[in-house]
Amino acid sequence: MGAVSEYVGNIKEAVSSIFEGMAVTASHFMRKPYTVQYPDRMPVRVQDTLPFRYRGILEVDLEICTGCLACERACPIDCIVIVVDKDPQTRQMLLSQFDIDIAKCMYCGLCSEPCPTGSIHHTTEFEGADYSLESLIRRFVKDPVMAYKPKKGPETDTAIAPILNRGMAYLDQWAQPGGEKPAAEEEEPA
Amino acid sequence: METLVQNLIASGAFGRNASPDMVATIVVFVMSAVVFLGVAFPFAGIVSWAERRVWARIQSRVGPNRVGPQGFLQWLADGVKHVCKEDIIPDESDAPLFKMAPYLVMLAFTLPWAVMPFSSSLILADLNVGILYMTSVTALTVVGVLMAGWASNDKWSLIGGIRSAAQIVSYEIPAGLSIFPVVLMTGTLSMQGIIRAQGWAPQHWFLFANPFTFVAANILYISALAEGNRTPFDLPEAESELVAGFATEYSGMRYLFFFMAEWGNLFIIGAIIATLFLGGWQFPHVTKNVVAMNILEAVTFNVKVLILVFVSMWIRATLPRVRIDQLMTLCWKYFVPISFVDMIGTAVWVAIWPDGNAAMGYIMFAGALALAAVFIQRVIYYLRRSRMEVYFNPTI
Repeated sequence: MGAVSEYVGNIKEAVSSIFEGMAVTASHFMRKPYTVQYPDRMPVRVQDTLPFRYRGILEVDLEICTGCLACERACPIDCIVIVVDKDPQTRQMLLSQFDIDIAKCMYCGLCSEPCPTGSIHHTTEFEGADYSLESLIRRFVKDPVMAYKPKKGPETDTAIAPILNRGMAYLDQWAQPGGEKPAAEEEEPA
Repeated sequence: METLVQNLIASGAFGRNASPDMVATIVVFVMSAVVFLGVAFPFAGIVSWAERRVWARIQSRVGPNRVGPQGFLQWLADGVKHVCKEDIIPDESDAPLFKMAPYLVMLAFTLPWAVMPFSSSLILADLNVGILYMTSVTALTVVGVLMAGWASNDKWSLIGGIRSAAQIVSYEIPAGLSIFPVVLMTGTLSMQGIIRAQGWAPQHWFLFANPFTFVAANILYISALAEGNRTPFDLPEAESELVAGFATEYSGMRYLFFFMAEWGNLFIIGAIIATLFLGGWQFPHVTKNVVAMNILEAVTFNVKVLILVFVSMWIRATLPRVRIDQLMTLCWKYFVPISFVDMIGTAVWVAIWPDGNAAMGYIMFAGALALAAVFIQRVIYYLRRSRMEVYFNPTI
């Protein structure tokens, strides 16, 4: 009798397991796919969903750039080239070149850290594909412009104030007061 | 047919002295070409797209949806791509056999369409050995597959071809034995005769005629899947062990022919099951208009076939591939003995109730409905367990 019951048991097991398996796949057939159809069929652009401090392609707000060259010195691979001249008449700093080679940039963020005004900062833009290396060099200065001169009090120029606020907010999110780590990272879960 | 031939000769399109035989031959050639080019090949292509969409949804993906509306024209793009590819014939291969093999597989796929009973009058040839013809010509695939495996002069191809041959020859036996119960009950091998012996209502189908035919229908379906090299039984094409099996050395159009035949065979599998067990084109007589009636019958037949095609896609997305010893065990230790039991059981049943048992049809149909209800309840259980939204919209 052992062989017969094993034979019937095998048939029963095969039929019932296929029955359950088909039920599982049928339930999956009725669900919404997980697929994110990235470039063109997104409900919102990916760039808009990324955090404020996301390290995307670098950008410079020339309106608040002081021409201090801190970013150029900080860059470990020299992808930033800045030329600053002193205007002989007005004795003011004049920015005549501010190039960032995005092809070289490794998105380390060391340039945006020492910037006093948050002028150089990463954007959430990450789609950097291009047809030539030359076109990846971002030239921010078209015509020579005056460097920004920080004021004693709050910024009064209504055109510059929002840009400066944004830059300072960018810096605030980076710096941790006292050089301490955030509390959440200190506690190791047991 | 005769009036068509007479009219064609009278119109003078074939010259004044055209013989009726010659004109009839030309008409049959043109008609069959229209059927193959207009129905069989597009069907195989569209199934390849539909299958990928169905698997994708079962695996929580989207599938091809870029070429045309919802990716519907993907099969045309794939076909054009394959035609444009280089037709590589290996130096060490047996070139004539290598070139011929895809056409033999294609032949095995096109021949069954001659006896495809689309409706009560829409059939190319209602042979009195219809179902026997169907099973014989579909078995021609094994010749093409074995030829491809041998002529490629490649170990993977050879093993794939031999596996396929062993599989098709083995599963011919339960498939053939599962056809016998229906033949015993109808006393005919003609496709139309078998369909006419059934009714349009489910309780008059041979699927629910008695418990033996129900089991036979399931065995025939699984055996047909095995003969068509479909997944749980696609050992000849097992990618992980045999690259692409007998199709390893093929490229371009010849490669496409193998897969067109595989997808097209789904329709033939569905048609055999629908004819033998699901009442074929039977539809209630709602109108006296012959043309309208034929259209309704053709729609009924195609819907039944397409449901079976969908089930085979669903099985392919569900079950893992079996091992070669499991494949043989399933065939020889389970399907063959059970098929014999079915055949003898049906013979006894027919001896006791020569005109069939009407009550049994209702009981079996009720049982099938109960089984379907249990299945739906299981599906709802699995849906609830994962707390995910139900999304019936096929477009995404």
